[in-house]
Amino acid sequence: MTTGEAERTNASPDPIAGDLIGSGVEGGVGDQVRAWLQRVRGGEMGALPAVGGFIVLSVMFSVLSPFFLTERNFANLMTQAATLVMLGMALVFVILLGEIDLSAGVTAGVTMCIFIVLVNVQGFNWIAALAVAFIAGIAIGAFIGFFVARVGIPSFVVTLGLFLGLQGFELIIIGSGGLYRVQIPEILAIQNSNLPVWGGWAMLVVVLAVSAGTSFWDRARRTRAGVPNRAIALVWIKLGVIAALGGIAVYILNQDRGQSVKAVQGVPIVVPIVLVILWLGTFVLDRTRYGRYIYAIGGNAEAARRAGIKVVLIRWTAFIVCSTLSVVAGLFMISKVGSVDAAAGRDLVLSGVAAAVVGGVSLFGGRGRLLHAAIGALVIAVITNGLGLLNLPAGVNYAVTGGVLILAATVDAVSRHRAGGAILRT
Amino acid sequence: MDVPLIELSGVQKSFGPVSVLKGVDLQAFPGRVTALVGDNGAGKSTLIKGLAGVQPYDAGVVRFDGEEVALHTPRDASRLGIEVVYQDLALCDNLDIVQNMFLGREETGFGTFDEGLMEREASETLRSLSVRTVKSVRQKVSSLSGGQRQTVAIARAVLKKARLVILDEPTAALGVAQTEQVLQLVKRLAEQGVAVIIISHNLADVFEVADHVSVLYLGQMVASLEVAETTRDEVVGYITGTRSQGGRAA
Repeated sequence: MTTGEAERTNASPDPIAGDLIGSGVEGGVGDQVRAWLQRVRGGEMGALPAVGGFIVLSVMFSVLSPFFLTERNFANLMTQAATLVMLGMALVFVILLGEIDLSAGVTAGVTMCIFIVLVNVQGFNWIAALAVAFIAGIAIGAFIGFFVARVGIPSFVVTLGLFLGLQGFELIIIGSGGLYRVQIPEILAIQNSNLPVWGGWAMLVVVLAVSAGTSFWDRARRTRAGVPNRAIALVWIKLGVIAALGGIAVYILNQDRGQSVKAVQGVPIVVPIVLVILWLGTFVLDRTRYGRYIYAIGGNAEAARRAGIKVVLIRWTAFIVCSTLSVVAGLFMISKVGSVDAAAGRDLVLSGVAAAVVGGVSLFGGRGRLLHAAIGALVIAVITNGLGLLNLPAGVNYAVTGGVLILAATVDAVSRHRAGGAILRT
Repeated sequence: MDVPLIELSGVQKSFGPVSVLKGVDLQAFPGRVTALVGDNGAGKSTLIKGLAGVQPYDAGVVRFDGEEVALHTPRDASRLGIEVVYQDLALCDNLDIVQNMFLGREETGFGTFDEGLMEREASETLRSLSVRTVKSVRQKVSSLSGGQRQTVAIARAVLKKARLVILDEPTAALGVAQTEQVLQLVKRLAEQGVAVIIISHNLADVFEVADHVSVLYLGQMVASLEVAETTRDEVVGYITGTRSQGGRAA
């Protein structure tokens, strides 16, 4: 509270700041927490239900299975979740617009089919083949975007069509029953190799440095503009939470989780890759015009159009971003599975949407963040992982995941109602 | 009287065989509120859409600051400093007040948003309009009342340094207290030297806030009156077509 007092006394001598309307940053930590609680009660829950679900599920599975809380399973969870985290983040760009991409999972699959056939059959250099896969992903996104943004077909229909069509493509490329092994060491390394022990700690230090850097940069900018800042204690609390949670995660992953003489330890390489993409994507969505306009279109496309925003262009490119990031998800997938078959990515379709929605990204558009999708993906990965450990049949997994999706969509609709929207759309 | 900021003469607009505007004249002056009244279907919205550049006129002359201008796109209008605050408020519920006010023209530095600067300018603009009902400029618009939303929409126009602000039915959906707030806001807008055109069905509002009233009847401007020199009954007569001025109406 003392820091809050200091902030207030710092702010008041400024004659101009006193004239400004409040900006919700006033007061100490306690005031900020109260304001946040009020927003939550008002329906702005964000990822809160997902975080709660994650904790409840984790506790439940640790009680039910002795294997859940092991270092090995923790690392396994990270790599299992990586594909879904990536796909969920990809989908955020279109879900924020109030659109959907049901073909994202199959886009991941078909681009990987192209990739593996070029490498294994055509003898392409893997980097060249990867470039082709990305171009294919961009082309798919441009195709969807054209029909949704220019022609005006609902994205549900276009992407459902592609969901079927691209599966046909996979069959044509791979052949029925065909299966290709992934033999590229660099691709396999993404999900199967780990950072050295010091690398994990270095990663955590970089995360803390970037987080602190942006926080203080923002504060300096606000000070220059003559508007008040939040109590500085909040920055330290945020950094403390990252350091604590990150520290525990890195520590666990740095333990030897091997089952033979050779030590297996370290943070899986996929983790820093996901973090970099998460940071870049969040940067774009929060701090650039492109991101702001995606939110604006999702909130009220007509208002965005009247404000001079090129609505068609933004819609179109958002689908390209989604498909391109889906290719990355495909890479994580084949790195984990180790092979590509003609059904690659088919199972991912709804899990990707589920990840975003469970994490608190609103299907109505305009609300949600990349981090929410990542947390939602972790929840779904925990369900799959935990039910797998309990040796329950796969059917249970589908049923539970489906139930969680509907539950999450309901929470979304109800919180939208609380936030002032209509619960039944008219 | 001095030079009108905007002057329409002989403006026409048809949709297929239907002639909606049949040669309309309209003037608006800096620092004055001009009310545009008329029954449903009189052509008010069509007249406004032409000024906004959304639906260009078929024929007629538009003079801005005494010079003839072309209004073919919303950008043409925006460049001249013409801002329209629509009835169905063009605000994004999921964004906060600052984000809405700056939508489409955000302040950036180093390629990223300068949130502090935008927050400050938004705050100062609301203050200049003596807005006291808004607690925080970082509130989401979804949490605002109808009057507050109207305030934000008007402040958005002011922020653009608008010279002509057109308000389409600003009080239609508001309660008594909020209507009063918005009308005060309209007066302050005019005091700042802005030319204001207000469309309204509510003659009480018109008589409270406007300096001048122009009446459209079936696509023709049938009356142009100083509010101080007219009565409610006279205006109603022109709106319903039972009176005419200058012999141009039926």
